[in-house]
Amino acid sequence: MTITRLPRQPYHVVIVGGGGTGGALAHDLILRGFRVTLVERGELTSGTTGRHHGLLHSGARYAVKDRESAVECIEEREILRRVCPGSFEENDGLFVAITDEDVAYEPLFFESCLASGIPARRVSREEALRLEPNLNPEVKMAVQVPDATMDAMRMPLRFFASAKAGGAVIRPWTLVTELLVHDRLVSGIRVRDLVNGVDDEIRGDLVVNATGPWAEQLAVMAGCDVPIRPSPGVLLAVRGRVCNMVINRLHPSGDGDIIVPQRGLSVVGTSSWVVDDPDDLGVPEDHVERMYSEGSMMVPAVRHAERRAAWSAARPLIGSRDADTGRELSRTFKCFDHRETDGVEGFVTISGGKGTTLRAMAETTADVICRKVGVEAACQTREIVTLPHTAYYAA
Amino acid sequence: MTETAAELRTTRFVVSRRKEGDDPGELRYDTFDVAVGPRSTILDSLVSIRRELDPTLTFRHSCFHASCGTCGMRVNGREGLACVTPVPEGGEVMVEPLGNIPVVTDLVVDMDAFYDEFDEAGRPLVRVSEMIPGAEMAEGIDELERYEDCIECGICLSACPVAGSDPRYVGPAALAAAWRLVDEPRGRDPGPVLRLMDDEQAAWRCHLAWECTEACPSGVDPAAAIMRLRRAATAARARRLFSFGGTR
Repeated sequence: MTITRLPRQPYHVVIVGGGGTGGALAHDLILRGFRVTLVERGELTSGTTGRHHGLLHSGARYAVKDRESAVECIEEREILRRVCPGSFEENDGLFVAITDEDVAYEPLFFESCLASGIPARRVSREEALRLEPNLNPEVKMAVQVPDATMDAMRMPLRFFASAKAGGAVIRPWTLVTELLVHDRLVSGIRVRDLVNGVDDEIRGDLVVNATGPWAEQLAVMAGCDVPIRPSPGVLLAVRGRVCNMVINRLHPSGDGDIIVPQRGLSVVGTSSWVVDDPDDLGVPEDHVERMYSEGSMMVPAVRHAERRAAWSAARPLIGSRDADTGRELSRTFKCFDHRETDGVEGFVTISGGKGTTLRAMAETTADVICRKVGVEAACQTREIVTLPHTAYYAA
Repeated sequence: MTETAAELRTTRFVVSRRKEGDDPGELRYDTFDVAVGPRSTILDSLVSIRRELDPTLTFRHSCFHASCGTCGMRVNGREGLACVTPVPEGGEVMVEPLGNIPVVTDLVVDMDAFYDEFDEAGRPLVRVSEMIPGAEMAEGIDELERYEDCIECGICLSACPVAGSDPRYVGPAALAAAWRLVDEPRGRDPGPVLRLMDDEQAAWRCHLAWECTEACPSGVDPAAAIMRLRRAATAARARRLFSFGGTR
């Protein structure tokens, strides 16, 4: 593999948001020769990124209703395995049919997987029970797909580690207090450094809003609008690995229909509702109870497994403010150039998407940035292997 | 946490504060009264404090389910992950950063030196997984994989009395990681790591206090790993000794 050292660009990009998208964007822009500063109010990956269930999507979950997301997922899954080797539990996944309705849904599901480019294999009831002895004995059939488990903090951290090694300035504990806007031009950010309490300005040729479900709150500071719906879901982690593979219910996506084994835990997810403030989610106990009841429909051992933690994470879904549960919104992503949407120059928002597509979101955003400043530089993040997560800290 | 008003109780948190430029010899604590529910964790409470009372309070967190290892801290003097530590009933709750690791600000510790030691061990993140008893391997899968148990939280280092008295000590996390590589080399030669850890500031420095194993939130048992590392290092030394002049 050759790393093409692109000429240094005179442009400085300021990224707000230290989630997976911001980290991947910093990595991408550094490789394209930009100067990059990233700020995050807390620890890296402390917003939505680190809290997700840790599924490296094959795309099968979206194959029927959201083909665009499904195709993105299977493509990105292959790229991430290449650029983040040794970062995944690669044990595949089973979509299990428990009821007659599930069985009736299977042909559409199976065909949609294949049509999206997702390798899928039909598995008989007997084989499913041999692969996963803890499955509900009522299981009728299953479909095997290449789902995997990611460490929701350590995989994204590889992008931060690589960006930092390439010269990006990564500043956690840095709160944005203001966007510097004059005559509809964003020229930087005003920040408070929470380590020393000092207020300061960071000037940039472009400011990128990579704050996920907080995107609207930041965009408002520039007088811009981002149609984001923070859509939280509850997740439940129980002790022990109740299954070998990722288990999904073979039906249209619903609550509590996925179990992701990860390290010494099994994570059951998720529910979906919408909120205004992504800082105020709560963990409704009835949702936790639903994770137990729906999860145990697939693997009965979930019912009495010891609760390790229950928490909420806010998805940054793009869509109408009239959405009521968030399930109807696409999981794809969108990059907004605010010159086009609001007549504000120097400001770009990337939102929507998911952990699996963090690199693709970064590539799209970096393409938009290159076009805006008139730089020709190809994306290199599909090929360049990222540094291990430990490199973010270790000397 | 979402609870009904009747379930909420007010708890007083006494939180260690530190900002760059503070006199390092001077301990500073702030007090916050927080409404907590029966399921509230220390992390939930810190998030509430930051949102409602003091946006400048800094602490590390990411996954909220004891998997990332960022939210290690001391609660009433005992190490734990804030995300799975329930708010204790009765009395004030003292929250302080981990010990034996430099503080960056408030409850945030600087993990750089920890990872330097950890990286020396060179242990991969993914290991061979146990299987559900009686299960068959799925088509296309050669071997089940899972992440190593250690979540690199630094809690064992904070709890270790030797690390508290001597910063040169490699510490339990790195030794446990080294043992994992020796135990499951995954195509690597464990020899160099074994020799590196066969040192008076490494495997031989432990005093068998077992505090690390007691404190570990992820079932790693670093103390047992250190004992096994000692046996393996001794055996390797013996092999080197008896192979002198031999065939090697």
